[in-house]
Formats: sequence, C-alpha cells, structure tokens
Amino acid sequence: MNKVINKVLFNVTILLFAFLVALILGSVILLIAGVNPLFAYKAMIINPIFSVYGLSEAVVRAIPLMLVGIGISIAFRSKMINIGAEGQLQLGAVAGGAMALAFAGAPKIILIPLTLLAGFMAGGLWGGIAGWLKAKLSVNEVLSTVMLNYIAFQIYLYLIRGPLIDPAELAYGTGVPQTQRMPDSALFDRLILGQRIHSGIFVAILIAILVYYLLWKTSFGFRLRAVGEEPKAAKYAGIKVNKYLVLAMILSGGLAGIAGSVEVIGVHHRVLEGLSANYGFTGIVVALFGSLHPIGVIPASFFFGLLLIGAEMMQRAVDIPSAIVISIQGLVILSVVSSNIILRNPAYRKKFEKLIFNKKLLFWR
Amino acid sequence: MTMASYFQIITNMLAVAVALSAPYIFAAIGEMFSQKSGVLNLGVEGIMMLGAFTAFYFSWAYDNILLGIVMAMVVGILMGLLMAIVSITLKADQGISGIGVYMLGWGIASTLFRLFIGGVQSISGLQDLQIPILGQIPYLGKILFQHNIMVYLALLLVPASWYILYKTPWGLKVRAVGTTPRAADTMGINVIKTRYQCVIIGSMLAGLGGAFLSVAQANMFANDLIAGRGFIAIALVYFGRWEPLGVLKGALLFSLANAFQRWFQISGISFPYEITVVFPYVLIIVVLAFSYKKFSEPTALTVPYDREFKG
Amino acid sequence: MNKILSLEMVNITKRFPGVIANQDVNIKVNAGEVMALLGENGAGKTTLMNILYGLYNPNEGDILINGKKVKIRSPQNALDLGIGMVHQHFMLVPSLTVTENVALGINFKNKFKMDLKVVADKIKKLGEKNNLNVDPNAYISQLSVGEQQRVEIIKALYHGANFLVLDEPTAALTPQETDQLIKWIREIIKDDMGVIFISHKLKEVTEVSDKVEVLRDGKNVFSVQTNKTNVDELAREMAGRDIELPTVDKKNEFGDVVLKVEDVWAKSDKGTDALKGISLALKKGEILGIAGVSGNGQKELAEVITGFRKVNKGKINFKDENIVNKSIQYIIDQGLGFIPEDRLHMGTVPGFKVKENLILKDYLKYPFCKNFILKPKYIESYCKTTVDEYDIKCPNINTPTHALSGGNIQKLILSRELKRNPVALVASYPIRGVDIGAIEYIHEKLLEARNNDVGILLITEELEELLNLSDRIAVIYEGKILDILEADKATKSKLGLLMAGVKEG
Repeated sequence: MNKVINKVLFNVTILLFAFLVALILGSVILLIAGVNPLFAYKAMIINPIFSVYGLSEAVVRAIPLMLVGIGISIAFRSKMINIGAEGQLQLGAVAGGAMALAFAGAPKIILIPLTLLAGFMAGGLWGGIAGWLKAKLSVNEVLSTVMLNYIAFQIYLYLIRGPLIDPAELAYGTGVPQTQRMPDSALFDRLILGQRIHSGIFVAILIAILVYYLLWKTSFGFRLRAVGEEPKAAKYAGIKVNKYLVLAMILSGGLAGIAGSVEVIGVHHRVLEGLSANYGFTGIVVALFGSLHPIGVIPASFFFGLLLIGAEMMQRAVDIPSAIVISIQGLVILSVVSSNIILRNPAYRKKFEKLIFNKKLLFWR
Repeated sequence: MTMASYFQIITNMLAVAVALSAPYIFAAIGEMFSQKSGVLNLGVEGIMMLGAFTAFYFSWAYDNILLGIVMAMVVGILMGLLMAIVSITLKADQGISGIGVYMLGWGIASTLFRLFIGGVQSISGLQDLQIPILGQIPYLGKILFQHNIMVYLALLLVPASWYILYKTPWGLKVRAVGTTPRAADTMGINVIKTRYQCVIIGSMLAGLGGAFLSVAQANMFANDLIAGRGFIAIALVYFGRWEPLGVLKGALLFSLANAFQRWFQISGISFPYEITVVFPYVLIIVVLAFSYKKFSEPTALTVPYDREFKG
Repeated sequence: MNKILSLEMVNITKRFPGVIANQDVNIKVNAGEVMALLGENGAGKTTLMNILYGLYNPNEGDILINGKKVKIRSPQNALDLGIGMVHQHFMLVPSLTVTENVALGINFKNKFKMDLKVVADKIKKLGEKNNLNVDPNAYISQLSVGEQQRVEIIKALYHGANFLVLDEPTAALTPQETDQLIKWIREIIKDDMGVIFISHKLKEVTEVSDKVEVLRDGKNVFSVQTNKTNVDELAREMAGRDIELPTVDKKNEFGDVVLKVEDVWAKSDKGTDALKGISLALKKGEILGIAGVSGNGQKELAEVITGFRKVNKGKINFKDENIVNKSIQYIIDQGLGFIPEDRLHMGTVPGFKVKENLILKDYLKYPFCKNFILKPKYIESYCKTTVDEYDIKCPNINTPTHALSGGNIQKLILSRELKRNPVALVASYPIRGVDIGAIEYIHEKLLEARNNDVGILLITEELEELLNLSDRIAVIYEGKILDILEADKATKSKLGLLMAGVKEG
C-alpha cells in the first residue's frame, strides 16, 4: 500500500510541476498579448474557488471532461490515440436529444437511461468506425478520427438546422439552429437552486468506478490492456487483437457520446451550436493528467473544470480571447508528455521515494 | 454546350487544382522529410495556422508580403524546434505531442488574431505571374504557367526534394536515420541532429504552406482558414508512400477533387451543401484506407532514439 | 590516422539503472594478435565493446591507443581512430544498397553530390583483395546472413579500420562458414591487424585466438595464453563452477505421432515463399530438433503450427485433427504449447506484472476467473507457488516483467507452458541469450517434459543443444526438410553440410 501511495504522490508531484512549466511558458503568450500573467492566472485559478458560481460551473464542466477523459484513457490504454472525441460527443448529443424528444412521454427512470444509451451508441459508432479502419485497413487512427471530427460536425449542423430544428424557430422565422427544449422527464436535476450543477456528476463518477473495475478486475479488461501493452503477446495468448482495438474505440467513442447527451439533458436542455465547447480536445489533456486511469481522471477533470471556468472569468476580467486557453492546454499536453521521461525512469522515482521516506521518518520521531 | 466550352471548364478546373495543391505540397513535402527521419509531426495543422496568421499579420500591418512569408517561415522553424525538443530530446509520445503543438499553434493564432486584427480584414495578396511564352500555350499555359510565384516554388520543391533525398549525402543520412537509426549511429551519423534538421525543415515548410493560404490564396485570415489541411497533408504523405512524386500526385488528385467540388457548388446543380463540404474529408479516409502501406513506411517512424537503450 | 599497435582498456566501469554491467575491467590487445573475449550472456562483453566503439560512455576508466589516452565519445571517434566493429545484430540499413551503406560513413567534400560509382569500385577492389566478394549494387535485404557479414567487414575496412571487433560473428553461420571465417581472421592479422573476437563458444575461441580474456558478472576473472589452456578450464572459468549440461538418455519406444506436418506451404512477411512443402512428424515423448541456418523457414514453421501464420497449402494434423488456419485460441485449447522466439515481446507482455504474465493463457479459465471476473486471491496463491516451483527470480509477483533478466523471463514462459500440461510443445530458440545456469535448468525441464510423454519440436541454431537434447534431428533448408538424422548418427560436420544445403549420396 505504501508503495502505491508513493507512486501516486510521485506522479502528482511531477504532473503539477509539468503544469507549472506550462503556465510559465504560457505567460510568454500572455505577455505578447499584453496581459499581466500573474493577474491573468489569479483570475483563472484563484477566483473560481471563492464563489459558489465558480465551483458549480467547474463541476458542470468537469462532468463532460470526466466522461470524455475516461473514454480517451480506454483508447490510449489499448494504444489507440483517439482525437475524435469532439465529433463523437456531438453525435452523442444529437442522438441523445433526438431520443429524448421521441420518447418525451416516458418516465424519468426510463427516459434518462434511454437518452444516455442513444448517446453511447452514436458516439460508439463514430469511434468504432475509426477502430475498424485501423484494425482492418491499418488507417492511422489520429488522421481518421480528425477527419471524422469534421464530418461529424457537418452532420451535427445539418441535423439541428434541418430535420431536428425547433418548429418554433421556423414559425417565428428566427431560424436559430437548435432543437426543441427537452421534455422535463429527460432532465437531470439541478443540485443547487440558481446554479447549473446537476446530478449528472453522479453518473460520471459511477462510470469512472465501473470502468476501473472493468479494466482491472475482469477478463475483458485483461485482454484490452494486453492488446494495448503488447499486441504481439496478446495475439500469442489467443486474443483477437483487432476485435479488441475496435471494442476499445467503441467504448471510448461511446463515453464521449454519453458526455454529449449529458450536456443536452443536464446543461443546455436543447441541442444547439457550440455545445461541444472543445471538450473533446480538453478531454485529452484531462486523460493525460489523470495518468490514463479512470480514477485519476476524476480529480483531473475537476481541476480542468476549474481552469475552464477560470479562463472564462479571466476573459471577462482582463478581456482576452478564450482561445488562449486552447494554447495553454497545448502547452500542458506538451509538458505532461515530456514529463514522462521522468515518470518512466525508475531511478528518479527511487530518489523521490527516498526523500519522502526520510521526511516521514523525521515526522515520526 | 460546345466542345470548346467543355475544354474551357476542364482547363479552368485544372488551373484551379494546380493552385489549390500548393499549400498541400509545401506542408506534405515538409512532413515527408520529418517522417523520413522517423518523426511523425501531427502538429502541422497548428503550425500552418500560425504561419497563416503571421504572414497575414505582417502583410497587413507592414504592407509587405515578403516580410510576412519570411516571418511565417521563422515561426514554423520555432514551432519545429519545440516539436523536436519534446519528441526527440525528451522522447515524448509523438502521437500526443503533435496534438499539443496543434492546439498551441491554433490557440495562439486565434488569440492574437482577435487581439491584433479583430475582425475580417483583407489584403491584396500575391499577384499571378504569367510566364512569358510558356503562358501563351493554349490550355497548358493557363493550367501551369499563370500562377503566383509561390505555386511555381511549390512545384519546384518536388524535384528539389527528390534530388536532396536521393542524390546528396544528407539525403542518404535522412533515409538511414528513419529506418535503422542505430546502424546510422554506428556509422558516425548524428541521429538526433539529423532528426532535428528534418523536423525543423518540415515545420518551416508547413509555415510556408499556411502563409500561402492567407497571403496567396484567400488574401485574408479566419479561424477556419486551414480547415484540416494540415492533417490532410499528413495523410498525403502516407498516400504518396514517402516519395516526393507520390506526394505531388496525391496533392494534385486531391486538389482536383476539391476544384471539382467547388465547380459543383457554383454550377447550380442542387445538392445538399453539407455533403459537398464533407466530401474532401471522406475522400481522405478512403485514400488512407486503400493506399498501400507495407514496406515503404520508415520503419523507425515514431520510435525515439536512445543510444543506451537496452532492448 | 596512425596504425593501432596496441589497444588498452583500463579500469572500465559502466553502470545502468540498477545494474553494474562492467566493473574495473581491463583488457589489452596488440596488433597482429587475436584476443578472444569470452563470457556468458550478460557477462558484460557487448557493453565493454560498445564503450570501445563510443556507443556507451563509461562511468569510469580510460582507453589507451599505443599507450596514449584517447577519448571515444561517439562511433565517429572510433572510426577515425581506425577501430572497426562488426556487431552481433548487423548495423546495416536494409532498404539501401551495399554501396549506399558504405557511403553513409563517408564525409563527402561536396555536400550537394555524391559519386557512388567511385565508392562501388573501391568496394569491389577491397573485396577482391581481402577475399570478401559482394555485389556493391545489391540491396542489403536481398543478401544472406553470411553476405551481410562480409558487407559489415568491408564497411569497416573501407573506413580504414586496422583493428577489428567481431561480436559473436559465428552466431548465424554454418560450421563450414565458421571455419572459413576463422581461417580468414588468421590471415588478416598477418598484416598487423588487431582483432577482438567475442564469443561464448569455446571451441572456436581456442581455434581462433592467441589469448583469452574471460569476463563474468562484469569483471575480469581469468586471462590466459590460448595455447596454455583447454576447453574445460575455460568453461569452468566462464560459469564460475562446474557445469554439466544434461543430455538425453536414449530410448527406443516412442508414443504415437501427435503432430504431423504434411506438404505445408506458407509465405514470409516479405511475401516470398518461406515454406515450400515442408513435412515432418513428431511423436509423443520425443524431442525432434530442427537444425538450420537462421532464415530458412524456422520462424515460419513455428508460426504455422501455432496458428500465427496463414498456410497456403498442406495439412497440419495435431491429435488427428487438421488445425490448418484454425484460430490461435483453438490451437492453445487443444494443448499445444509454444515458447516463442521473441521472448520479451511475444512470450510476455513486458509492461504486465509477473503474475499477469503467468496466467496469460489461463485468465479465462476457472478458478482464475468466474463469470468474466478475475479471482485475485487464487491468482496470487497460484503465482506465488509457480514462482517458487520454477525458481523464477523476481522481487515479487507484482514486478513488471520487463525488469526480469532474460533467463528468468524464459523460466516464466516455460513454467506457464509446462504447467498447462501440453500434449506437444514448440520451443523456438529456448536458450538464446540466456545465462548458463538458466540453460541447465531449461534443458532439465524440457527433458523432464519429454519423459512425461510430451512431444517437443526444438528449433535452435546451437548445434550443441541439438545434439544434447534431440532424439532425432531434422535439417531445414530453404523451407524444406532436407534430411532427418537419428541423433546418435548425427555429427557436427554432417549437420553442417546439410545446413549448407549439401546432401550426400
């Protein structure tokens, strides 16, 4: 047990250090943009913690991030780099929304699972296509998922502009591309009056625990991890490698799809433009920060949920385009993958453990 | 319609295709160098975005297109250096670090665009340069010899890169480093240095490709200017089997399809808009699915080199 | 460039994370002599030579040439000093021609052009002069192992090497080719060439060298003039104790045929025919050795039997059922064990814990797993017993497998395959790169399985191993079985001729 704690402590320390490096590099961009980095970062990291609104909104953002991040972790664990969560999420949102509208009369206990299932299936289909292309035709999954993102985006737009558009929009001639409001029986409950935080958070955490169990405690997970760690050995053990690549991508895309439908029935209550809010890409950062571990993704998603709302608050405080967050996330990705050179080296970990262990001894004295 | 007008349409389409292919050629030839040396740079899209913005900004603010193009190359070099440090020296997973570079480039370009330019602005852009005599050849002159100078540069880049790869000592090094880095190392070749050079050259060309889009094609900048062209360029490297001529073929074929799609949209034939927009992306997936991958891929692609690694 | 009259490595120490590969190692070689560097796998020979060649930087120690200290920080330095090295795994670029491979190391004056014709001519001349003929325009991927070795030597000579390091040069050669190489080495040292010859094969060491330096656990343990020692003494010094490798005891009664390969055709990874109508039959309780120069279809043979490779034509009967193109899982379930050639990446999942690799083929079965849920308690206790039983040395069963030594990984694989009570076992190169203690253990276990009526197909390049263990020896040549010999009638020279494709009578 002690060893596990030491390992986690080591990983967290290195990751936070990597994050700090990214922030320092990011301050260069802020300086070019003519903003005081210290002021900006204070608005971004400190301000949201001290308001109910900030905390609630952080959780609102953490929910889709968590789901997407878990999905991406599953894909990465089986060595599939899934960059397509953005598209998978959008299709999940539109499929979930369509389902909720189609069965509007059903009771909550049925309608919510049905909606999430529709999201899972749409996202899973989209992820599965990339998995199948990789397994059968060895198409690089990074490229295929990126292309599928563009295609999904057009399908999404087409559906909410055309077949699924709110009839009221057509009647009034406003033509805002969005669906009707979801029926009440499809909605997640709001947890705090006047805030958007909703009960979807429990679903997300539950899924994280389930996925952890699936990956490490079942034969299915054993196979999936074996395929990711070393496909040759997995094949040697009789595992159908291609099948598990596709399954991993279906699961990965499916979770992004659930994230999409959760956004619809938890936050926006409609399917509308801009709903995906780059969660598909931020989810990659969250997955990396969570060490590609479903349980690690939980704190990581809260952390990045906080950063995202922080960035919005910063945007209002110092008037800087929110796209800057994307560039800072890019820096975070770069510094986190670079820090792997330290994380993977057992010598560094030993040194660190020694340090911690010695401190503990002092403490006990 | 008469025969002549059909020829006219086809000639126009081919001419447009040649012009459209230039940014792909820049970016894909650059990426080819990077991959030949063993580094998969997935950040091309972001580098093109940043290159496009930089070129546009300097052309717009200083009214100097050449300065803009040069600055786009400089920015490309810097981004390449970053990618190289992370992927070669720090041995990060290239599939992920490239996405980091992409987001970084995209984010910076979008931010600075909002801050420094604000909204839609346009510039006059590079003018077409009709080559005397050759430009007068019927049909062919229109297709090949009435473009701006960067198109000619892109077309020249293909034989030039072929010569460099197959006829110079440096090209020989690049080919060795991307397949069997350890063998190259034992022959006294600096694997790390060669890879740095290739990644940086590749990014510089990606910056140039981005610059082409903003100052020689669209004559403006917008957040969706690149629209996946960087990723498509990477796909074209696979399609072209890591050969300059193959890359050229892919770029032309793809641009022709694009030119056709444009013509289709304005031809008045009624067809869902979304499907025509999606067409190039579907085409790329199909191309990737059916291009022949075995045996030509640089075998050390995405594998960081570690001299003291005990495998 | 000066001629190397003497080369010394003094007090060399090299540490890797967690291991000391060399500790205060000293060697000295003069021009005109061959020094054999002898030691088991993992004794530190290759590390020492990689330091000499500038691939590794030593933590301590110096290299002296003609008595003067030199700094070798990269292979370029070594080349400049006149040191040439032929690595165990050839350092050639398969997609380039012989000429291009040689040209890689040339510092061309003109950066924009290279005259490969001049290089090709010089290669031809060097080849004729030194009796090393190769076609300069051939692609490396088309050449045989022996030819590739010649390219490696030519490469070194082209770049002015007057001191050669040959790392396990005979590993992939037939006995006849080995004899030729030894003769060649004795010839070139007459021109004042110094040679370091690395090997763990004692007989060739005594034939080729003037003096022997034995390394064990990264330290010098013995140095001697070759004419003052013998094979037995060297073996003892190398292992640090008396080693008597077990040998098979003759028996006349075997069980029924359990595995029958009939006229099987299959393609290699490159798409060429690797197996061209191969046929053989393995009986219960028999070890059938497969001898052959590597690359003659051994890898493909093991893979078609175990279901990894598609069979284009022919039949493979296992327990009287045709298993051609059946799934790997199905073949495993029928009781066919497999010790694969690529131990770390195929036999185990390197990132998995020892316990996960021990159940790599059983995780689905009760009591390891019930209703798709793994049973950690049973798995733990099972694995703890297995690790003790098979003497697998690891800190604990939760250690990642890649942290284990080659010998212990092989024991892990062996234990997993044997504990499943196989009907037959395909063992590919079971002792490649394994230290002698583990070899002894693995051989004992294989013989024990044979005596328990398991049929074993033993694929290896070590003739010693074949002669010690096999009941019969089949020689594979260009994808076919050229001949099958009873073990007691097989000799090294007979096998050697067959391996070269020569069938008498």
